[in-house]
Parts: sequence; structure tokens; C-alpha cells
Amino acid sequence: MFRSIEISVGLFVGIGLAALFMLAMQASNLGSFTSEGSYQVSARFVNIGGLKVKSAVKVSGVKIGQVADIDYDSNTFEAVVVMNIEDKFSQFPRDTIASIFTSGLLGEQYIGLEPGGDIKLLENQSEIRHTQSAMVLEQLIGQFLFSKSKDK
Amino acid sequence: MTQALIQIRNLHFSRGRSKIFDGIDMDIHAGRITAVMGPSGTGKTTLLKLIGGQLKPDAGEIMVDGLNVHQLKRADLYKLRQKMGMLFQSGALLTDLSVFENIAYPLREHTNLSDSLIRSMVLIKLQAVGLSSAHHLMPSELSGGMARRVALARAMALDPMMIMYDEPFTGQDPISLGVLVKLIRDTNNALKLTSIVVSHDVDETLSIADDVKIISQGKVVAAGTKEEIKHSDSPWVRQFIDGQADGPVPFHYPGDTIEQQLLQDIR
Amino acid sequence: MKALINSVSRLGRGTIFLSKILAGIPQLFLRFQLVVQQVYSVGVQTLFITLIAGLFVGMVLALQLYYTLTTFGATDTLGMIVDLSLVRELGPVVAALLFAGRAGSALTAEIGLMKATEQLSGLEMMAVDPVHRIIAPRFLAGFISMPLLAAIFSAVGILGAYSVGVDLLGVDSGAFWSQIQAKVDFYDDVMNGIIKSVVFGFIVSWIAVFEGYDCIPTSEGVARATTRTVVHSSLAVLAMDFVLTAIMYQ
Repeated sequence: MFRSIEISVGLFVGIGLAALFMLAMQASNLGSFTSEGSYQVSARFVNIGGLKVKSAVKVSGVKIGQVADIDYDSNTFEAVVVMNIEDKFSQFPRDTIASIFTSGLLGEQYIGLEPGGDIKLLENQSEIRHTQSAMVLEQLIGQFLFSKSKDK
Repeated sequence: MTQALIQIRNLHFSRGRSKIFDGIDMDIHAGRITAVMGPSGTGKTTLLKLIGGQLKPDAGEIMVDGLNVHQLKRADLYKLRQKMGMLFQSGALLTDLSVFENIAYPLREHTNLSDSLIRSMVLIKLQAVGLSSAHHLMPSELSGGMARRVALARAMALDPMMIMYDEPFTGQDPISLGVLVKLIRDTNNALKLTSIVVSHDVDETLSIADDVKIISQGKVVAAGTKEEIKHSDSPWVRQFIDGQADGPVPFHYPGDTIEQQLLQDIR
Repeated sequence: MKALINSVSRLGRGTIFLSKILAGIPQLFLRFQLVVQQVYSVGVQTLFITLIAGLFVGMVLALQLYYTLTTFGATDTLGMIVDLSLVRELGPVVAALLFAGRAGSALTAEIGLMKATEQLSGLEMMAVDPVHRIIAPRFLAGFISMPLLAAIFSAVGILGAYSVGVDLLGVDSGAFWSQIQAKVDFYDDVMNGIIKSVVFGFIVSWIAVFEGYDCIPTSEGVARATTRTVVHSSLAVLAMDFVLTAIMYQ
């Protein structure tokens, strides 16, 4: 009698823990990326737009890491973005360009890397020199209107 | 006479606005069967719960075996309760345990006996109430009389010094009634127990009691040995023992008479 | 006025009762089979309706959201939206409501009946504290079961949404999962959902055992207490959900 209760309680708790595990690993970002097995590089941007911690870092549209930290350097008036990149993608030249792009017209923002031609490679804790800030929609519209009015 | 096992002094108890006990004094002597009788709703069950420390009185004290029940610390009260057995009206068996486990329950809780010893003790207690071959049944499979016998076996499990019976005869057929009467008398004599029987079944109770207390409207209206009560000429006692419809306890609920009420309607 | 005093004194009694239960919990670890038995009657017996309800809620969510999302051409985000609504909100809340209806009412009725049939008094007279032996294991079992049930509800709901969204409506399977993994945060979303369900389990179990223990020991009293358990714990869950959400996602 008591054994069957034990078995069903065991099953119940087992299913419950499996569900928790699934929520943690499969159905959230916990399982998709961890800082283990990765190296850090930083980059400075004049404007990061809507970039957030945990935003994606992509090359050719493939996700290779995520933003680990965002800070503001009050000496240079620039944002400092630290990103974690997985170890298996460690072959980036020194003169790689980091840009902030938007996925779709209203989508979230991510960092896109464009590899350059240098022989030396980016190392852990190094800094990407060439960056391009986020496009801010209002600025673009403003520039567009400004140039239109100048054309007349 | 030796000191009474249970001494109740000036006991007051009320529930909400209704007074249940209004200054009760009572001595219950060791080794005897004391019947506490009275009309329904006079708080006989409440008295047992007060003795067992489940309820607190408004005033007065209850001494059991020299200890003031309501000033004991929790642990001491629980220790005292191990020496008190109580048989509830419904039996109060744990419905999810078998008969055997119900009787083994207090033993498992309060002793460190081995399983085989517990088994033999349970079977002995069940044998005493004539149900040793019913140990595997569940409480839902028992008749009312059998449930009370099992509950009696459970109350005896820890070999208490006293057993309190709450309405043991209510709603029983004549055969189980006879069994219960015999069991209460036999266990009291064989185990040298003190028994308190709360009941309003006059004939059965008087057939086993040594002492009788009658309470009504919050007071003890009569107390004495069985013979004294039987031959008492107090109108209270006579009305109760003989089952008269009218007497000191009026047939009519107190209030305006019917004439007055009818007259009010006319006006 | 009298009703107010009554409610305040009930709240006081309930809190004192809770402190007695909590005091009884440490010694339960010596008698853990009591708790296991209660996890069976509280958790396992609620498992079935939780599975069914979770599956259907997930499927309905997928259908509803799919047609809304097609107008924006954003059906790829289906999995993410379903996951977020389940994990943050619907999982803990609906599972707690089911739990109150199925397990909470059963707990109240069981304890109330034990009181009405003098089993609780009987234990007291056997020098056994019914709060420690009867109430505390049930309370702890409810507290353990609730987060598990909420997690099962959400997980099954996501699978239900997957089957409708991917197999039936043709959302891309990879997009379904990758959107979920990109946007659902473990700490902000999943953890907060778990915290919610832990709080709900605490509240529902507390109300259920208290109503049972405090009921008037007659058949009518038990019936009323059972109704009160379902009503009060459902309202308490919804109110607490608002409070917790306000704190977590401010």
C-alpha cells in the first residue's frame, strides 16, 4: 500500500523537477549561454541606442555571444560595452568592426561584428577599436528633412 | 476516606453568553465508577473536556492526581493525559488507519517498544474487548458498537489510571449495550481503574455506577452513592430517574404563558 | 462593526495557528513518511487536472495569439509570448486556483470531518498534538506541491502551444524555441514565477488547514468552511498576484 504511494509521489516530484528543468534550460535564456567557455572583449560607442545586457552579439547573422556589461566612461563621454564571446569563435582579427544594428524596423538591437584583415587576433580583455554607433531613428529623420530642405 | 483522585472546586465555565457551569464542586474517588448524569445540553461532555485539559474554565480548579490540570505546563499536561483514557461518543478512531494501527498508535507515539511487542499488546487489548480477529478492518467497516469497543481498547492501550466515557450507551442496540455495560464494569474491576461515565441512560448507568452525580442548569443538584440516589426523595432526582415530563425541569420552555401570547395577538 | 471585529479575530487566530504549524515543521523531518503520504493526497491527486488544464490553456493561447500575431506578421514570436504569459502569470495563478479548488477544499473537508468526528480531540486526549501530527504535514505537503504543479502546468502549456503552433498552424519550430531562449530570462521570468507559486502554495495551504481546523464541527459547518476555503484562497491568490507582480516588474 505505502509503496505505491511512494512510487507515485516519486513520479510526481520527478515530473515537477523535470518541468522546472525544462523551464530553466529549454524555455529560457539560462541554458542558451553561460559565461563559461567564453572570452571578453570590450568596445566603445558614442551611442548605444536600446542595447541591453544580454543583447546578442552576432557575426554574419549568427549569434556568437552576448553583452555582459554596459558602463559609461565619463572621461571620454562614451559608453563601454563588454561582451562575452564563445571560445570556439576566437579567430577574430584585431581590426574587426563592431556596429550596433536593429533587427527589423522596430526589433531589438544587437552588436554585429565585421571581421577585418589584420593578422593579429583579438585576445581576452582586449578592445575593439573600430565601432559604429546605433542609428537613432529621430536623428536619421532629422538629417533626411535637413538635406531635403537644403536641396530646394 | 482517602483523598479523591479528581477534585473539582468552584468550577465556572461559559460558552459565549450561556453559562454552562456555575460553581460546581465534585469529588471522584479512585477505583470507583462515577456516573455523571443530567439532561441533554447540561455540559456533561464539556466537563470531561475540562478534566482532560482541552478546555479552560473561567474560574475554579480541577485537581487530577494532585495536579492542577489548568496550571500545568504543556509537556506536563501531555504526560498527565497519557494516564487518562477517553472514550468519545463517536469512537474518534482515525479513519485512515486500520483497527490494529489505531490501537498501536498511542503505543508507537509514546513508547519505544519493538514491533512484535506492540503487536502482542494490541492483540491482548483487542482480545479484552472481544475483537482480536477484527484487527485488519478499517473503521468504516465497523458497526457503532464495535467502533466503541475498539476505541475502548485504544483508551486502555497505555494502561491509564482512569478512563472517561462520553455517552457510551447512546444509540446502541440492546446487545451491544449489554456488551458495553459488561466491558466497562469488567475493565474497571480488572485493571483497578477509576471510571467516569457521562450519560443520560438511567437504567444502564445505574446498573454499573458506584457513585452518581446529577447536574442540571450549571449546578450539581444531587450527589451520592447509587443507593442514596435511587432512594432520594428530591424532586430533581425523582424527575430525572423516573423520567417524568414535568417537574423542577419544566415541560414548557420558560417565558410568557400561552394565554399571554394569545392575548397579545388579539390586541 | 461586529463583522469587522470577527474578521480581525479570525485573522489573529489564523496567524497564531500558523505559528504553531511552523513550530511543528522541524520535527516533521524525523517522520517524513507523514509528509510523503500527504504529498500524495495533495499533490499527486491534483496532478491530473493540472496536466489537462495546462495542455488546454497552452493550446488556446497559441490559437488566440497566432491570429493576432499574423496581422503583424510576427508569428515567430508565438512561443516567446506563450512562454512568458505561462511562466510569469498563468502557470502560478491558474495552477494555484486549481489547487485551491481540488486540494484546498479536500484538505479543509478532511480536517473539518476529523474535527466533527472528534478525531482531533481524540488525538489530544492520547497526548498527541494534532497540529503537529495532522495539520503540519498537510501544510508542508501543500507548500512543496504547489511550485511543482505550477512548473508542470507551464511546461505542459508550452508543449501544448508547440503542438498547436508548430504542428497545426505551421510556425517554424526553430523560431519557436530560439525566440523563447532569446527573450525569456531565467531570473526575471522563470524565477519570479517560481517565487509566485511558492507564495501561493503557502497561502492556499494555510487557508485550507486553518478553515478546516477552525470550522464549526457539524456537517453544515464543514460544508461552509470548504466553500470559504475555495473563495478566500482564490481571492487571496489573485490579490497577492497583483502585489507580487507590482513588486517584481516595477
